Amino acid sequence: MTQRYVMSIDQGTTSTRCILFDQRGRLVSVTQREHKQHFPRPGWVEHDAVEIWRNLERIGPEALAHAGIGPSEVAAVGIANQRETTVLWDRRTGVPVTPAVVWQDTRTDTLVDELSRRPDAHVVRERCGLPLATYFSAPTVRWLLDDTDGLRERAERGEVLFGTMESWLIWNLTGGPDGGVHVTDVTNASRTLLMNLRDLDWDPVLLGFFGIPRAMLPEIRPSSETYGVARRVLPGVRISAALGDQQAALFGQTCFHRGEAKCTYGTGAFLLLNTGTEPVASTHGLLTTVGYQIGDQPAVYALEGSIAITGALVQWFRDRLGIISTAPEIETLARTVDDNGGCYIVPAFSGLFAPHWRSEARGVIVGLTSYITKGHLARAVLEATGWQTREVVDAMNADAGIALTTLKVDGGMTSDNLLMQFIADVLDVPVVRPMVAETVSLGAAYAAGLAVGYWPDLEGLRRNWHRAAQWTPAMDPKRREDEYDNWRRAVERALDWIKPAAG
Amino acid sequence: MPGPVQSIERAAAILRLLAQGSGRLGLTEIANSLGLARGTAHGILRTLQLVGFVEQDEATGKYQLGAALLHLGTSYLDVNELRSRAINWADALAARSGEAVRIGTHLQGKVLVVHHVFRPDDSLQTLDVGMLLPMHATAIGKVLLAYDANAAAAQQDAVQDGELEQFTRRTVRTRREMSRMLATVREHGWASDVDEAGMGEAGVAAPIRGYGGLVVGAMGISGATERICDSGGRPRPDLVGYVRDAARAVSRDLGASRW
Repeated sequence: MTQRYVMSIDQGTTSTRCILFDQRGRLVSVTQREHKQHFPRPGWVEHDAVEIWRNLERIGPEALAHAGIGPSEVAAVGIANQRETTVLWDRRTGVPVTPAVVWQDTRTDTLVDELSRRPDAHVVRERCGLPLATYFSAPTVRWLLDDTDGLRERAERGEVLFGTMESWLIWNLTGGPDGGVHVTDVTNASRTLLMNLRDLDWDPVLLGFFGIPRAMLPEIRPSSETYGVARRVLPGVRISAALGDQQAALFGQTCFHRGEAKCTYGTGAFLLLNTGTEPVASTHGLLTTVGYQIGDQPAVYALEGSIAITGALVQWFRDRLGIISTAPEIETLARTVDDNGGCYIVPAFSGLFAPHWRSEARGVIVGLTSYITKGHLARAVLEATGWQTREVVDAMNADAGIALTTLKVDGGMTSDNLLMQFIADVLDVPVVRPMVAETVSLGAAYAAGLAVGYWPDLEGLRRNWHRAAQWTPAMDPKRREDEYDNWRRAVERALDWIKPAAG
Repeated sequence: MPGPVQSIERAAAILRLLAQGSGRLGLTEIANSLGLARGTAHGILRTLQLVGFVEQDEATGKYQLGAALLHLGTSYLDVNELRSRAINWADALAARSGEAVRIGTHLQGKVLVVHHVFRPDDSLQTLDVGMLLPMHATAIGKVLLAYDANAAAAQQDAVQDGELEQFTRRTVRTRREMSRMLATVREHGWASDVDEAGMGEAGVAAPIRGYGGLVVGAMGISGATERICDSGGRPRPDLVGYVRDAARAVSRDLGASRW
């Protein structure tokens, strides 16, 4: 039987989705299932890895059934996943030994403080490209090994395995306790704080720094390569790709050339820039990460800028202030006025991420006068996303030494025309939206299809990419500079708000 | 004049009853209060539930006023909300048909373009969002005229002011032609324009229905007549199918379950 489809599994923070794509990159069927978020203590966020596996057991076959096909018609499956979320499980029984600790969990904040005060703390950023922070996996693994009696010994003997979500799913798909393959890919491994960014292998110095036994770690493999054949759920289907979700979106947007960038606008926003086959160390608050690696080709690196609050500011406007009843109405309200009326909102709700990294900053609304209406506030809400994007792009241009020429966008906020036009205006480059909005899933499918020859090469994939919309910059340069200056002054007013704890 | 419809009177009485006091009543309480047989009360409640005016609590089985009734005065669908809900289906329609997709709503006797997806050939195209199109010469406009009472009323005023604007010799000219055309649209459930807004241009559109089945907009494809139409000058059935499927999918998402 001919293999007409490629499947992607998008294991996200709130749900797991299976999508079948055809050869032209068009969506054939979609199934989805949410899983529970557990908040056992303030700051703790956990998932049940078994629940997520059971969800996949259900939605994988469902996706095939919706398309009316069997697993033999699927050329390969690729996985995109929530990054950094940590699973530890028993190699013999296949049962997780602790709940999965989600990237949002801040239980390691004290541990991270202690670690960053060590004189050798500089090795972390030098070797893995990332700052020491709670949402990466290594501090979490260390915390769990310290917290449970006997766990470290079992991990040293290789009885307890570590993995991010893609490792957990691949191990289970390929047989679990009965011969499951224990692997991760370079993009996911690059988010652990344990992988050497140049060697693309576990770094003994970093393993020593965090006190994590190598025996529990998966083998690091390219993002696009067949890791094994599924024995469960999708029997006989090759598992041929794994990427962290933001890297998958970069791949799905076909940003294959150095200098190409995409930004995914959701609750927060993630801008990734392809920097080619050399990692670029950031001096402007960006993360250096692996973009993807195809088979035995050199890895392609990326600079990543994360913005904590974009869509979440619109949600706040809707749910907390009640000024609008649905998120898209922000555009309707913003269009009732011609400009922001001199008002700016800096949404530093939990500090500012890239490029500032100021955890003591808090949100401000500045420029209030009796002239300001809710329409002006709605403008300021949307403009905050635009200016935060501009700050990250400026940092990228400075770090990478190449100026961005086009920004490819995806995510829910791309349906807001006013915002997309504003982003084009403030970046002074065209902003384009692709025809397939599901760029995360598409990226995983592309990488899997590429590994098995379903798609011949990257150029073939680029031909599948079509422009659904384009916004062209139209702002007067003087006005752009004046407004940017106002924004920067607003940001200054958000800094230094939370006082350092006494003592 | 026919007399009052008894079941509507009874439905109104049930709604008034539920609007009083705690607002949560069981079937027996409702039937007893209004002197109705249980079966009669149950039939009316089920219908009210179907249209969203009444909701039944799953645990207790008690009835209360539904969200649709509470929003009756504010049921206007924001155009940006419409775009956001339709965007994935519009992309899929452009990918399947190979043509540009537009979604339009009625604004003062014109079609307001609220969403536009480029034709997927990466040629130079500009976003039409915010543009106004003529109602009587475009497929989207004809769908709105056929199903949106406010659009039809606005057009009526325009026609009385004078002749319909002629873009080509195939543009609909008189009120009689127009009403015949709209009857066909209602009969088929979709509309087309062939060389009517401009020579060599054609389009196909179908209605988008919102909560309760009201038409809130129209969604369609447009492009060169030789691509949209078959050799007989009629819209290709496969394209019509794609457009209707996409419009139905958006309608389902908006809660128009029965269409």
